[in-house]
Amino acid sequence: MCLGIPGKVIEIRDDAGLPMGRVDFGGVRKEACLAYLPEVQVGDYVIIHVGFAISQVDEEEALKTLEILATMGDLVRGELATMGPGMDEPAVLSDDGGPAEGAFAAPRAPAEPGAAPGTRA
Amino acid sequence: MKYLDEYRDPVLARKLIAEIHRVTTRPWTLMEVCGGQTHTIVKQGIDEALPAGVRMIHGPGCPVCVTPLEQVDKALAIAARPDVIFTSYGDMLRVPGSTTDLLALKARGADVRIVYSPLDALKIALANPDRQVVFFAVGFETTAPANAMAVAEAARRGIDNFSVLVSHVLVPPAMTALLDSPSNRVQAFLAAGHVCAVMGWTEYEPIAATYRVPIVVTGFEPLDLLEGILMAIRQLEEGRAEVENQYVRAVKREGVPLAQRQIFEVFEVGERKWRGVGAIPGSGYRLREAYARFDAERKFDVGEIRTNEHPACIAGAILTGEKLPLDCTAYGTICTPQKPLGAPMVSSEGTCAAFYAAGRGLGATRTPAPVVPLVQVAPIPAGEARP
Repeated sequence: MCLGIPGKVIEIRDDAGLPMGRVDFGGVRKEACLAYLPEVQVGDYVIIHVGFAISQVDEEEALKTLEILATMGDLVRGELATMGPGMDEPAVLSDDGGPAEGAFAAPRAPAEPGAAPGTRA
Repeated sequence: MKYLDEYRDPVLARKLIAEIHRVTTRPWTLMEVCGGQTHTIVKQGIDEALPAGVRMIHGPGCPVCVTPLEQVDKALAIAARPDVIFTSYGDMLRVPGSTTDLLALKARGADVRIVYSPLDALKIALANPDRQVVFFAVGFETTAPANAMAVAEAARRGIDNFSVLVSHVLVPPAMTALLDSPSNRVQAFLAAGHVCAVMGWTEYEPIAATYRVPIVVTGFEPLDLLEGILMAIRQLEEGRAEVENQYVRAVKREGVPLAQRQIFEVFEVGERKWRGVGAIPGSGYRLREAYARFDAERKFDVGEIRTNEHPACIAGAILTGEKLPLDCTAYGTICTPQKPLGAPMVSSEGTCAAFYAAGRGLGATRTPAPVVPLVQVAPIPAGEARP
């Protein structure tokens, strides 16, 4: 119930005094009340929760967040070269900076013959 | 879908996890407040990818789970009346009351209908002028603008056969109640992104300052959660305790002022009981006197409600993060999503349901033991082993 989903406003109309809109969620279209975001235009992205637009998605910020995340890997690589693992229980990292074990680990490539354990390529 | 898929990129997720490992030098305990966040964290195994020593405690932010048993029993009593069409968000239908649930009542002939939006309940009231239409107005600050609008519209358009059974709860008082508890272990919060989209985050600033606890307004996608966790751990490592916003694309400091104005036009803050937790002062909304004629509790005399929780259910300890579903003897045995004993197993946002859906702790009962059985039993096909 508490999940809000981002969708694109494709139509705005007045329904008995309430500003309503049709919102497209990747092909699925739903009615939503736009009363709380009067500045929303057709083509804008909004977050819909129980049939109400509760937030307009800031496209610029959305892109910025992704850019920051995308550059993070390079930062990590640079930092890792200068320092050892952090805490008492050291982080196990694979070559691309991701975890070597757990849900997000990359599929492990067979170790190169002759490589000493723990050394990095 | 745009604004969803980009935030599920596994390559970026791995980079974020690596950064979390890099900045973490000590064990920390974080709580994600919202059940929607719990669902993503457990489903994606985010908690298992964190450095050893960093613990995620799953918070009380599941509206279905914290709706008190009295209100569920009142809903059942009202829905059983022949003159009533009872409308509700779908997740409430299987929440167990003391003796039954709304879905069972519907099967026995009561007119119980699922609506996606409270405005749909209003439409049903307009189409059925000779029936009483009651909407179960539950939820956190996120559903409040929708529920408030339905009541305001009923008043504006004179739809007098519409009323609401209110059980609204608020996040900040629940956070301070947790922080005030002597058994509290939470050192930082991921605040619920969509609650903050509506309300902004000014309410959280005094909490961060008073309790010296970092609060990061966080979204719901895997990358949002990982970045929120990273920001919270950075604050803890640097000794800061501020409110920060990870969910910049959807949340502004002031929230949505028009929605807040509508909420406070219809509702006022009052004490609320939380299922499994008890009464928390100032932790919910109730209808203002001016809208009393839309209050289902006043419209219908439901008599005395005697509540009766299942003795095996430890929902209270689950909701406050003191225990995990795996600590519960009923979890996965006599309590399943098909036959829930308590609310956290019902809603997809409930911690028990999230654990169950991810198959956590179900291995012993789900996969055959690696011993040769005395009697050969055909293995359960993969499709049927999981609900």
